[in-house]
Amino acid sequence: MAYIPIADQTDEMHDPQSFITKYIWSQDHKVIAIQYGGIAILVGLLALVLSVLMRLQLGFPDTFAFIDPADYYQYVTMHGMIMVVYLLTALFLGGFGNYLIPLQIGARDMVFPFLNMLSVWVYLLSVIILIASFFITGGPAGSGWTLYPPQAITEGTPGSDGGIILMLASLAVFIVAFTMGGLNYVTTVLQARTRGMTMMRMPLSVWGIFVATILGLFAFPALFVSAVMMFFDKMLGTSFFMPAMVSLGETLEHTGGSPVLFQHLFWFFGHPEVYIVALPAFGLVSDILSCHARKNIFGYRMMVWAIIAIGGLSFIVWAHHMYVSGMNPYFGFFFAFTTLIIAVPTAIKVYNWVLTLWEGNIRLTVPMLFACGFIFTFIHGGLTGIFLGNVTVDLPLSDTYFVIAHFHMVMGVSPVLVLFAALYHWYPKVTGKMFNVTLGKIHFWATFFGTYAIYLPMHYLGIMGLPRRYYTMGTTDFLPDSAQTLNANITLAAIWVALFQLIFVYNMITSLWKGKKADPNPWEATSLEWQTPDNPPCHGNWGAELPTVHRWAYEYSVPGVKADFVPQNMPAEDVETIDGTPYKGHDG
Amino acid sequence: MAFVVALVFLVIFSVGFHFWSPWWLTDIASNWGSIDNTILITFWVTGFVFVVLNGFMAYCIYKYRYDKNRKAVYEPENHKLEIWLTVFTAIGVAAMLAPGLVVWADFVTVPEDAHEVEVVGQQWKWSYRYPGADGVMGTAGNEYVSASNPLGVNPDDPFAQDDIVVEAKEMHLPLNEPVHILMRSKDVLHDYAVAQFRVKMDMVPGTVTYIWLEPTVAGRYDILCEEFCGLGHFVMRGTVVVEEREDYDAWLATQTTFAQTQAVAAGNAQAGQGTYAVCAACHGQNGEGNVALNSPKIAGQEDWYIRQQIEYYKLGARGTHPDDIYGAQMAPMAAILVNDQAINNVTAYIDTLPDVNAPETVIGNLAVGADLYQGKCSVCHGKEGQGRWGVHAPRLAGMTDWYLVRQLQNFKQGVRGTHPEDQLGYQMTHMVSALADDEAINDVVAYINTLQ
Amino acid sequence: MSFLKSIFDKPWDYQGEDPGLTGTEIAEGLHPKRIALRMFLAVVFVVFMLFIVAYYIRMDLEDWRPMPEPTLLWINTLLLFFCSIVMQWTRGAARLSEQNKVKWGMVVAGAFTMAFIYGQVSAWEELNNAGYFLASNPANSFFYLLTGLHGLHILGGLWVWTRSTFKVWSGTEVKAIRLSVELCAAYWHFLLLVWLVLFALLSYT
Repeated sequence: MAYIPIADQTDEMHDPQSFITKYIWSQDHKVIAIQYGGIAILVGLLALVLSVLMRLQLGFPDTFAFIDPADYYQYVTMHGMIMVVYLLTALFLGGFGNYLIPLQIGARDMVFPFLNMLSVWVYLLSVIILIASFFITGGPAGSGWTLYPPQAITEGTPGSDGGIILMLASLAVFIVAFTMGGLNYVTTVLQARTRGMTMMRMPLSVWGIFVATILGLFAFPALFVSAVMMFFDKMLGTSFFMPAMVSLGETLEHTGGSPVLFQHLFWFFGHPEVYIVALPAFGLVSDILSCHARKNIFGYRMMVWAIIAIGGLSFIVWAHHMYVSGMNPYFGFFFAFTTLIIAVPTAIKVYNWVLTLWEGNIRLTVPMLFACGFIFTFIHGGLTGIFLGNVTVDLPLSDTYFVIAHFHMVMGVSPVLVLFAALYHWYPKVTGKMFNVTLGKIHFWATFFGTYAIYLPMHYLGIMGLPRRYYTMGTTDFLPDSAQTLNANITLAAIWVALFQLIFVYNMITSLWKGKKADPNPWEATSLEWQTPDNPPCHGNWGAELPTVHRWAYEYSVPGVKADFVPQNMPAEDVETIDGTPYKGHDG
Repeated sequence: MAFVVALVFLVIFSVGFHFWSPWWLTDIASNWGSIDNTILITFWVTGFVFVVLNGFMAYCIYKYRYDKNRKAVYEPENHKLEIWLTVFTAIGVAAMLAPGLVVWADFVTVPEDAHEVEVVGQQWKWSYRYPGADGVMGTAGNEYVSASNPLGVNPDDPFAQDDIVVEAKEMHLPLNEPVHILMRSKDVLHDYAVAQFRVKMDMVPGTVTYIWLEPTVAGRYDILCEEFCGLGHFVMRGTVVVEEREDYDAWLATQTTFAQTQAVAAGNAQAGQGTYAVCAACHGQNGEGNVALNSPKIAGQEDWYIRQQIEYYKLGARGTHPDDIYGAQMAPMAAILVNDQAINNVTAYIDTLPDVNAPETVIGNLAVGADLYQGKCSVCHGKEGQGRWGVHAPRLAGMTDWYLVRQLQNFKQGVRGTHPEDQLGYQMTHMVSALADDEAINDVVAYINTLQ
Repeated sequence: MSFLKSIFDKPWDYQGEDPGLTGTEIAEGLHPKRIALRMFLAVVFVVFMLFIVAYYIRMDLEDWRPMPEPTLLWINTLLLFFCSIVMQWTRGAARLSEQNKVKWGMVVAGAFTMAFIYGQVSAWEELNNAGYFLASNPANSFFYLLTGLHGLHILGGLWVWTRSTFKVWSGTEVKAIRLSVELCAAYWHFLLLVWLVLFALLSYT
């Protein structure tokens, strides 16, 4: 059988010629990663502004005349959709996936660079379509990010004319972009690893991104299917999801459709989506923790298995979002059971992170602060998930602030803290410059405390029964006035957190010019991306010859070795041992 | 070391917050104490894990802080430890799950002696139906819904005739009797939730969902919609009154059956003409309204709306608030209409009056008003201000503008819409919160004047 | 070295480059394009599976009225079947680098495919004329939706087909496009498979 070298293939490498091919129509995975990241962060900042507007209304109802109920629900919807899909999914997979996969597995680029370039531009198109919905009559979709029919496409919901159509179109385009990128990531991981890079020698970042991408490839079709069917219901008058109904006094033409069917499809996408975001975060944070604790990640194999197990299980738990949806209540038994099973591999991951710190030699750098902060918020968010996953406990809590607090803790704050950790951690590699450490620390403290001040009290409002998606609560017989005071304080904390994100933006941008030139391997890390001949890596990543991998990515503090880390590509004969004997690995 | 302090602080703060927080479960008013128990079990197990894990992390970060003369311990894995941790976690998880599943089995099994009540959701109000004397709930469906049969009860079903139809904000339940609550929706998804009952369920158009419970504490509780149902989601509220059996029976006896709601004959305009003479004194011969007498234009207004407001005046739901001076003048007039037939006759006559647009008197910023109107009001009152029976929203376009201003102010100040019998006005009391001041009210009314 | 076995490796237990486990050089049969196509077809398969699941759930609701399948669909099925056979034959020819056979094989397969699309559109027209409109019943909606998506899927394949056919006719050596031809063949077999599943579903429910 003939063999062809994949990782080193050069026939598809288009060396950039001009500014345009270098930075705009670039096929270099690193440039594409930055494009993905830049777009995602910009649109994420927009979603952040929307959340502040939303919080203003909730904290101080009757005060801001320019936020009417329609606006409010549109902010809610766009905030949710942008954060989940257009920021987190795109930044973790399109941004970090693109940057780290080829560098960490020792490839020159993705295996399909042209497809990769198309992916980012199609992603930009989806963002433009989404943003365009702000400028049409009726405004963007206001149906909540879950887009439940019938309300998403009937008259009583803001943005149910043009807004929802643009939303569905944008999602479909996004799915196309994601599929193009995803096929690339999976194939690259499978086929373009350099010599010596076995699957089990890959850093956990690559594992997380790899499994998340597979989840995405098989989960996004469910969103696509439900979007297509809803589009038909809206535009062509079919009744896939639309039952016989009387909308605002008018009997509609639809008959017999099943709104619950939409929910099943949506959550068949929606739950894996949580892990599409979480698994890359798990992977990145594992690498960051290990590196800054100067210790191998504890239980690497367990971590890999847990990633795979969580990924697999995530496809059979979706209906825990639907305990009170009116589906057959007997499903509750099954889905509560599967959901709580997921708690076990997830808990193992947490234990292993903490056990990585145990007996480590911890450098509390800025990325490490964010990573440890993540462990705290993830423990918190993970534990509250056990409330909502357990069908009975979910009954009083579903559709209250408890749910909001839970998923923001576990899917908002936690992945975002990892994003910050990762952005700070790889900033010197991506830009070749060091960020401002003081500003980074200020950013951490403000964000860490601020977000906790937002979400801890929210759980208690939810336990009391404060419903979500209420434009204004007014008076009820069961909520004390203090609940509103608390809500106002939550808003203040939210504004605080939002303002301090400006420091992050400022730091990231000005350090490009003002930052000190960074050491090629400032954190003394072992994985391949830190061993590139150029910093930042140039086109083709590795110069003349691909690196050869000799060991796994967590060779920190090996007994008998002088340095406290051994890079993956360092030949054994080059490793300096304390007693001068040849290096054979930790136990030979 | 700041981070270690911060971690310890946050753990202590969280625990402290829990103990000092005045915010916790509401006092339970149903049999579902077992649900509270599952919450508490989960809370204490997870709370313990939270403190231990974070405490351990803080300890590690403190104990193993960086020291360039020390090396971390190289330990790729510890299989034994990992297996123990897995086993312990699995046991902890099972301990939380098992009671949950037991209680859920109770929840899905409705006791045989439970009596049935139906709750119907629509954008953005609740209605209720009781099975009536025969104890059997008639069939119903959205295909039967019309202005005179708003709940969509099947008119041909013999069991449906004695069903009691409650088109009101308030439902009643007898104390200490298990109730099987059946749920339907006329339009989109809703969710029937009463915080003190603990249980809730979505209402899905096209199917009937259910919950069951046994109210254990008498009182009035708020019903909230907890599944997003469109623009007016937050105004969709109701009340459930839990009371002793006798009081419940007495209340039920005052309600009308489905057959009765269908039996009222259509209004007779000629018969109504005579009665209208009294109205004409203030509202004008042609129902055009009279600003000097504070009487709004009624010609061209939707008949169901006029009928409903007359009923409210008769009930005292309008015109009884001490600050409602002008409403107080109307209240005795409404009493002249002795029964439903009389009301129907006079509204039928009003329907025949020529509809001439009322003169414009309010001045405001049209651009601001347009924005306010289309964002807040149009979804119920219509883009053209034409009104919609389906959501009980009256016509606004071409009606007397000074009256609109006054009513908006009344809603805002709680003069109107706050009476418990005013089943629909409460929605407006929430909606007007979006109109910040008199200027905004003038703006929106000035804009309504342009919709003719 | 199976994937399952490899995840039980203890990566810290061995040092060195261990060429037996390398991914740098891989068998030609596992060209990245093949892997990517398999993944892509798996994704498309999931899309159709989800539609089929939705179909079954929706079918159980009371307003479902089955619709008759036009006999034309049997002819179309036959056409698509021929496409697959011709593609397979062309693939064999490409392996043996027989330029002429590949040229004509591609053209014939394309012609059959277009005939299939024409046949499907005619079936739509026939149904529409008989009063089976898209929105009149969920069974109809699913019929048009599923056949339409399958049609779109074919159009996607035709785009690759056009490129390869153009290349082989403009004199590119067969060797250079052998992979494309093989991928096209795989794609067409998949198209046939999906269609057979859909056709069975639509006929027997």
